[in-house]
Amino acid sequence: MSIDTETAARVAKLARIRVEDDALPALAQEFSNILGFIEQLNEVDVEGVEPMVSVTPMRLKRRQDGVTDGNMQEKILSNAPDAREGFFAVPKVVE
Amino acid sequence: MLDHLSFESPKPKVIAGAKHDWELVIGMEVHAQVASKAKLFSGASTQFGAEPNSNVSFVDAAMPGMLPVINEFCVEQAVRTGLGLKAEINLVSAFDRKNYFYPDLPQGYQISQLYHPIVGEGEVIVDMEPGIARRVRIERIHIEQDAGKSIHDMDPAMSFVDLNRTGVALMEIVSRPDIRGPEEAAAYVVKLRQILRYLGTCDGNMQNGNLRADVNVSVCRPGQYEKYQETQDFSHLGTRCEIKNMNSMRFIQMAIDYEARRQIGILESGGQIDQETRLYDPDKNETRSMRSKEEAHDYRYFPCPDLLPLEIEQAWVDDIKASLPELPDEKKARFVKDFGLSEYDADVLTADTANAEYFEKVVDACGDGKLAANWVINELFGRLKKEDHDITDSPVSPAQLAGIIALIKADEISGKIAKDLFEIVYTEGGDPAEIVEARGMKQVTDTGAIEAAVDEIIAANPDQVEKAKQNPKLAGWFVGQVMKATGGKANPKAVNELVAKKLNG
Repeated sequence: MSIDTETAARVAKLARIRVEDDALPALAQEFSNILGFIEQLNEVDVEGVEPMVSVTPMRLKRRQDGVTDGNMQEKILSNAPDAREGFFAVPKVVE
Repeated sequence: MLDHLSFESPKPKVIAGAKHDWELVIGMEVHAQVASKAKLFSGASTQFGAEPNSNVSFVDAAMPGMLPVINEFCVEQAVRTGLGLKAEINLVSAFDRKNYFYPDLPQGYQISQLYHPIVGEGEVIVDMEPGIARRVRIERIHIEQDAGKSIHDMDPAMSFVDLNRTGVALMEIVSRPDIRGPEEAAAYVVKLRQILRYLGTCDGNMQNGNLRADVNVSVCRPGQYEKYQETQDFSHLGTRCEIKNMNSMRFIQMAIDYEARRQIGILESGGQIDQETRLYDPDKNETRSMRSKEEAHDYRYFPCPDLLPLEIEQAWVDDIKASLPELPDEKKARFVKDFGLSEYDADVLTADTANAEYFEKVVDACGDGKLAANWVINELFGRLKKEDHDITDSPVSPAQLAGIIALIKADEISGKIAKDLFEIVYTEGGDPAEIVEARGMKQVTDTGAIEAAVDEIIAANPDQVEKAKQNPKLAGWFVGQVMKATGGKANPKAVNELVAKKLNG
């Protein structure tokens, strides 16, 4: 599967990563190379093989329903470029 | 055990366009907040109305390196809800990331279950009126994180973000497009909320946003829907629009109505419906396109690498199933069958568990389901409503109400006196039997005493007696006078008989 520059631009936009127009062909080529590499896996016959989702012999760890965290507004907001009255303040988002 | 009373399907709503008739097809995605203390993947509180950003852990704030750990209680509630909707439970489910950028979503993705939801197909029977109900198929229920809250009106240039709700567990309950009108849509949410409250898995508080619905609306020509049902092929139906985030039954109906007419207008003038997300504006009563979000609609889902698949045991599911309460449909069927109630009365009494519990306590104590239903619905509910009281803080206890009913059944008091007695018990409290005794409210069944009263009235009103002889309907006037003279305590049946006898004799 080959990725064209238009798709590369779209993926960049969805990921909110700015890519200058003249860098797009190279990026698209890189995507194509990665996909081509992965496509080799299609050659392996996995008919009837259950997908392996993890290499650790573990079950999903669970937690009891108890309040054990939170109550640290100051810390939560400490990295915010702007915070007011306990809220993160961000440039206006209008629907 | 009877699962549900028998019913027939309602007719779909038909809207007359300028050119021809149209039918509605509606599917819903209801987001129900799990009634848990802590969030889905963190130990922060879910308490509503807390100081902004105080119920936030580093996991919720998406600090680098933080890992989600699932809250087992939330999983249990999803399973419970699934069982309550008679749905299949998937012993293996998995979490996926839904990627999009928005200020109230610090992770840049929502953890959800797209490919392998925890609950599969189920159903909800949506009661419309006695004997008429719509069977709405549930496609799936999955568990996901809620987003935070953005406030746009606190500052002219800034939006304010509160992450308290970020990461709270939601159950997204997805229906098939089996709903056929605005009223059915609202009734579906009502029924779903009722079941969730019975199960205790979600408090159903729509004002706080704990229950919200996305409504998918399309229109089609009569006959098309039946073709869809036969084949399950969506090409027979129209293009749908999704109205996001509705949290009022009334607005759901108004939004659907508006949206259907908008689509019909476009189609009849030769246009095409664009599949899109719309927002309902209750002030203007219209839906508007949310085009700003269009670009973000490519969510690039992929399995969440932070979470292993969620595996649960059949034995655990069985334990949960064994602990399910009696659900509204079964309770209603039992009330109709065991107590001979009308479906309407059974509906009112099973609307929530508190009503049903109260009623059953009264029946247990007085042994008469029909009388108990009458008194609970007509007298008690009416009185409570007048003072904005709830059944849970009713001044009249089930035992007291049963006491009043027992006195009526034993012919100790008349129906009219019973109402006075109810009022006394409601305002002053006390034991009904003692009150009747102490205040001399007992019904007079002694025929001698009643006879004396009848004779007295007849003797005092010779003109009326003449008239009554001509027109037997006037006997009612004498009955009224006797009741008045005895302070309503005379047994009405005895009075009727005696008056008839004396006037004719």
